[in-house]
Amino acid sequence: MSKKKDYTAMWKDLGIDLAAHDGLLEVLSSAYGEVFLSQSDRPKGLGYFDLLVSEIHGRRIEELLEAKKRGGKVFGVFCLYVPEEIILAADSVCVGLCAGADVGTQHAEQVLPRNTCALIKSFVGFKLARVCPYFETCDLLIGETTCDGKKKAYEIFGDFQETFVMEVPHTKSAQAQVLWRSEIQRLTNKIEEISGKEITAGNLSESVKTVNAKRRALQRLSALRRARPSPISGRDALLINQVQFYDDPVRFTEKLNALCAELTERVAEGTGVAPAAAPRIVVSGCPMAAPNWKVPFLVEKNGATIVAEESCVGERGTRNLVAEDGETRDDLLDRIADRYLQVDCACFTPNTERLDHVVEMARDYEADGVVHYALQFCAPYTIEAYKVQKALERENVPLLKLETDYSMEDAAQLDTRVQAFLEMLE
Amino acid sequence: MRAAGLDIGSRTIELVVVQGVPGKVVSSAQVETTPEVAADCRRLLDGSSFDRLVVTGYGRALAEVQFDAASVTEIKALARGAHALCPGCRTVLDIGGQDTKAIALDGSGKATRFEMNDRCAAGAGRFLEIVAKALDYDLSAFGAAALKGSARVQLSSMCAVFAESEVIGLMTRGRKREDIARAAHDAILRRTLPMLDRVAVEPPIIFAGGAARSPCLAVMLEERLGHSVFIPEDPQMVGALGAALIGVEGPARETGREPAERLGLH
Repeated sequence: MSKKKDYTAMWKDLGIDLAAHDGLLEVLSSAYGEVFLSQSDRPKGLGYFDLLVSEIHGRRIEELLEAKKRGGKVFGVFCLYVPEEIILAADSVCVGLCAGADVGTQHAEQVLPRNTCALIKSFVGFKLARVCPYFETCDLLIGETTCDGKKKAYEIFGDFQETFVMEVPHTKSAQAQVLWRSEIQRLTNKIEEISGKEITAGNLSESVKTVNAKRRALQRLSALRRARPSPISGRDALLINQVQFYDDPVRFTEKLNALCAELTERVAEGTGVAPAAAPRIVVSGCPMAAPNWKVPFLVEKNGATIVAEESCVGERGTRNLVAEDGETRDDLLDRIADRYLQVDCACFTPNTERLDHVVEMARDYEADGVVHYALQFCAPYTIEAYKVQKALERENVPLLKLETDYSMEDAAQLDTRVQAFLEMLE
Repeated sequence: MRAAGLDIGSRTIELVVVQGVPGKVVSSAQVETTPEVAADCRRLLDGSSFDRLVVTGYGRALAEVQFDAASVTEIKALARGAHALCPGCRTVLDIGGQDTKAIALDGSGKATRFEMNDRCAAGAGRFLEIVAKALDYDLSAFGAAALKGSARVQLSSMCAVFAESEVIGLMTRGRKREDIARAAHDAILRRTLPMLDRVAVEPPIIFAGGAARSPCLAVMLEERLGHSVFIPEDPQMVGALGAALIGVEGPARETGREPAERLGLH
């Protein structure tokens, strides 16, 4: 790797624990080499995403600080339910925060019970261990009442950094829609207050188009993976879905569309990442926030290709667009509220849309099997796994249920399960 | 064609050599697993001749590289071995040192579903060993004593470490050793039965792994399942036998798996 710019002064200004942060970057860089760069014949268009990841705590943070100098604000979010469109309309930046590594666990466990899911421990750990420059760049964090764990953790988190919590309803009833629309309004007011910018029909309509374009590019990437063989590995596609939460949306869209053009050629030539006969797997379940690559790595190392993710970092977050026909600001906010309430997180009851969608994906992507991935102590997904299993059984789609966290202590056991599952599909 | 199956478990390593199809057993042997796993395997393989080696068990990735062998998972090996010992077998229960596995078979030696215990050795053979030691039984006497015990005591802890202190607590409260021994076997079953239920138990059922040597577990299992359970003469050899049979039946299909050392698991 070429000599990189030294960002030490910037990190120091942000209050980062430099020694711990160096350690984290070292681990990430070696994991990245092993999981991603070791693959042969990767599409060239991934070069941009490799560069982005290598500068994720460097150049990208510099860009955020430059945006702040120009008068913009930075909003940090943890979940798909926070509309990026409203943040962009206020000429501000939206970043999805790190929650995918076993980092700062010791710090997190000072304030959280041990039996808390890895994702919650991770975002609290990143903050308390002072190793995430994104947290330190944010003017406001926006949480949401999705699961009980996050809801209660934000109360504690608020002691360390200002956190605005949106109330996400847990049903999709008419009353829930009214509540949700009012929460969208409350968020809009808050963003106007923090950013000092007025959100208008004009800038909102622009940002809806920007985010729709990004989601369309992600949908295009998904569609290309239906080819047999898939022109891109599941790991690489997951990575693209992960970095969309950090990158500038316009640049990201442009680079992803360029990659998709290359993948279209690969599909035409029949070039794939694995033999056409390799088992095709859909992963379904909890979000895999960067840099959580554990299960996809195990699945693909064992010769299968992941062809789709039924996940927040995957189709759950990209398949729905905001209708672009609104004229007034209220119309546009209505459309945004409608779109975001379609997201089928397991925190909703009932959540039949998700069950239908898993089945539909297994069919559309010609999957040989589904791997259900749930974080330990995540009640919504670990419990809903039963319903997913029943739905897939009715369609005769084999399922492997995995429950894990971010540590590597169960890697050998998971490896046995994944291998045995793939043997069964032979 | 002569093939060897090597099953590298956490407590013991088994070797079975078979000749031709359908696979006549030529020899079998077992050693205890030490921290020098590769040396243990070599000791076992020394003096055996075979054309092909298939490894399985938790140490398979290591052996795959060390001995340039093909590897299959314990699930696949157990399913194949069970079908050879008990033709048409539909359910395998294997309780080993640190793993418990429940496998549903299609009747032709192929696994269709499986369940494994999570992470720790709760409910696996190691748990029984630790409780036996706390009660000062050797393993063979432990099962016999448990058969004599009554169901008056319940061991609530599944964790081997916590169970040890719970056992000591029960003894100081004057509970009978036999009753505690029975409670330990009952605890294993409480952990195992839901796994069997999840794969859906169908006879014929085979019970394998070191824990199948316990007379008490087999009796309790039959009672709870309402079916008779087949216990092979050497219940610890089922995986190695299956691996050897997979060896004689043809080279493992190219899986596209990357070499084990790159997995970073061992």
